Amino acid sequence: MKYLIKNGRVIDPANSVDDTLDILTSDGKIAKIAAKLEAKADKIIDAKDKIIAPGLVDMHVHLREPGREDKETVKTGTAAAIEGGFTTIVCMPNTEPPLDNPKIIRTLKEIIKKDALAEVLITGAITENRFGEKLTNFKAMKKEGIIAVSDDGSSVDKEKLMLEALKAAKKAHLVLIDHCEDRQISGRGVINQGFMSTKMGLRGMPRESEYERVKRDIELAAKTSSRVHIAHVSCKETVEIIRKAKKKGVSVTAETAPHYFTLTESCCVTYDTNTKMNPPLRTEEDIAAIKEGLRDGTIDVIATDHAPHTDSEKDVEFDFAPFGIIGLETALSLAIMELVDKKIISLNELIMKMSVNPSRILGIDRGTLKEGSVANVVVFDPGEKYVYKREAIESKSKNSPFIDWELKGRVQAVFVNGHEIHRH
Amino acid sequence: MKNDTEKRVAWTKKDLLGLEYLSKEEIEIILYTAASFKEVTTRQIKKVPALRGKTVVNLFYEPSTRTRTSFELAAKRLSADVINIATEASSVTKGETLIDTGKNIEALKIDIIVVRHNCSGAPNILARAVHSSVVNAGDGWHEHPTQALLDMFTLKSRLGRIEGLNVSIIGDIAHSRVARSNIWGLTKMGAKVTVCAPPLLIPEGIEKMSVRATNDLDEALKDADAINVLRMQFERDEAMAFPSKIEYFKKYGITKERLDKARKSKEIVVMHPGPINRGIEMSSEVADGPHSVILEQVTNGIAVRMAVLYLVAQGRRA
Repeated sequence: MKYLIKNGRVIDPANSVDDTLDILTSDGKIAKIAAKLEAKADKIIDAKDKIIAPGLVDMHVHLREPGREDKETVKTGTAAAIEGGFTTIVCMPNTEPPLDNPKIIRTLKEIIKKDALAEVLITGAITENRFGEKLTNFKAMKKEGIIAVSDDGSSVDKEKLMLEALKAAKKAHLVLIDHCEDRQISGRGVINQGFMSTKMGLRGMPRESEYERVKRDIELAAKTSSRVHIAHVSCKETVEIIRKAKKKGVSVTAETAPHYFTLTESCCVTYDTNTKMNPPLRTEEDIAAIKEGLRDGTIDVIATDHAPHTDSEKDVEFDFAPFGIIGLETALSLAIMELVDKKIISLNELIMKMSVNPSRILGIDRGTLKEGSVANVVVFDPGEKYVYKREAIESKSKNSPFIDWELKGRVQAVFVNGHEIHRH
Repeated sequence: MKNDTEKRVAWTKKDLLGLEYLSKEEIEIILYTAASFKEVTTRQIKKVPALRGKTVVNLFYEPSTRTRTSFELAAKRLSADVINIATEASSVTKGETLIDTGKNIEALKIDIIVVRHNCSGAPNILARAVHSSVVNAGDGWHEHPTQALLDMFTLKSRLGRIEGLNVSIIGDIAHSRVARSNIWGLTKMGAKVTVCAPPLLIPEGIEKMSVRATNDLDEALKDADAINVLRMQFERDEAMAFPSKIEYFKKYGITKERLDKARKSKEIVVMHPGPINRGIEMSSEVADGPHSVILEQVTNGIAVRMAVLYLVAQGRRA
């Protein structure tokens, strides 16, 4: 199939392109990109007043398969990804069983081959069973195609083990992603420690539990001259620590999630368990710091930490509900509303953070519309408003605090390997 | 109480989840209504037909005798039928969820669920899921609104007013729902509230609830018109913030000697939500002494809970 996407504003920051151009795809590749392109195509798509960008890349997704297909599957999770404009997603290893050995990764690869609508890359566990006791075999998992390692959901507490993990990741050319949380500090906390935890009578998670761990990881990365990627930055101290480390030349990259620049702890006030996540929602000051971090480049990536949970798991007491919300289908809109519309970053920079930078960190040839590259393309209207309805959610789980919000910025068409998957 | 009748506005709320969610006027309605029910409780025949044909379910996820008994008596004196359900909250998937339990109870065609739960916010979640009225009988560390209402009712009967009073709440503020409800209620009614506890038992940001915080008991007693002394729960792991019971009593225990140093030592009112740990948070001399209104609080609890049940039943109809 050949597609001709015409008259759109092509934003391709990896190649310094921002212009009204036409794109021709052929055999799954970007065949040609030029103004007023005259070419034969099987289908012509008019993208007038729309943005054409490299497909979005989400480096932090929980697909739940294998083991928790009641929450999400590769099929439903990638459908949600497409709905949100993501053509490549990276899934986390906290499945049941966890992705901690080559065999289970082979199994998952089979499922992906069969069911995935978008590209799915795999993160392997750092430690066996994610128990934080014994390293997994990075090399063997790499052979099966993993792209990163992480114990996401927990952090490796033992410093010596983390040191070994960083060295091993470097040797195997894998990105090490850390969910930074010192459980000794966060304990049984369920929301940010501060005024809201006091008012609501809930156990607080002090911000130290995040940033003390970030500090440690950065020190260890510096010591071993290896690199570390900090997942879901939620507090101002973390932003500052990463900023300083980058200035010193430490090889550290970082991501934040849309909820951390959109919502604060005050959203928890009704005990709605869809405001319960880990790290927890913080304060206005933290949002300001995260936005500044996104603006000045301290935070490289916007990732969703898409964490599906069923209604029956979430419709319980706040203390008992699992942490996390889905995010694939709302990320682009929230980023446009909170960051672009509020003039924190430009649309170009947004594409950097949601496509180019994650591709670079992962070392994959995505996030580009260069002729000859894989035709992963998103077409979206940054101005289109719509109400995010529960019934319209593609993800198998509906645990979003943004249901019934009026959102702005909507995906029109998505191409994965040159195939059109989605059209509104 | 001369202006109370004029101030009366209609009660519209189906639930009582906490004093944070009430206006000053709504608190006044409850106190006013409680005053008329108080009279009922002193009659020979202590029963009125206000809630005849209504059913109240006491759904208790935490053991409690006094609060449950008080609610049960309150409902019975309003001629409501009462059912007590004692159960245990659990995070494991086996067993019925709070919402399912609530909906099943509601399917029995009941009118009011009085809920006590060890998780903060459980009554809020329940109230969203059912059409019946929900009354919070204490949730986690969050709120215990009827306790604070009966504390305020007692204060008002003793001192004639709440506005302008200096009230000190002493004890484990961090883990106390009684403290939070009292703070909301008292500050809305115009009292000046001081909280007093060892440093680790004063939660972060409490000053934003318009209270003064101190670690010094004498400071908390100095200008107090009334004190509300909380039960120290040493069996709870969070309370390990304080080394020992004896140590606690030495520093924060209310004794006659400590009270004598207060400026208003003669008329200072001493409250306690019970049950008292004698010799830990308060000496027996104080608990049984002239300042103590502890048993009066228990008696007033029934009138206040009658008022709450009566009002939420009205609110539901509206």
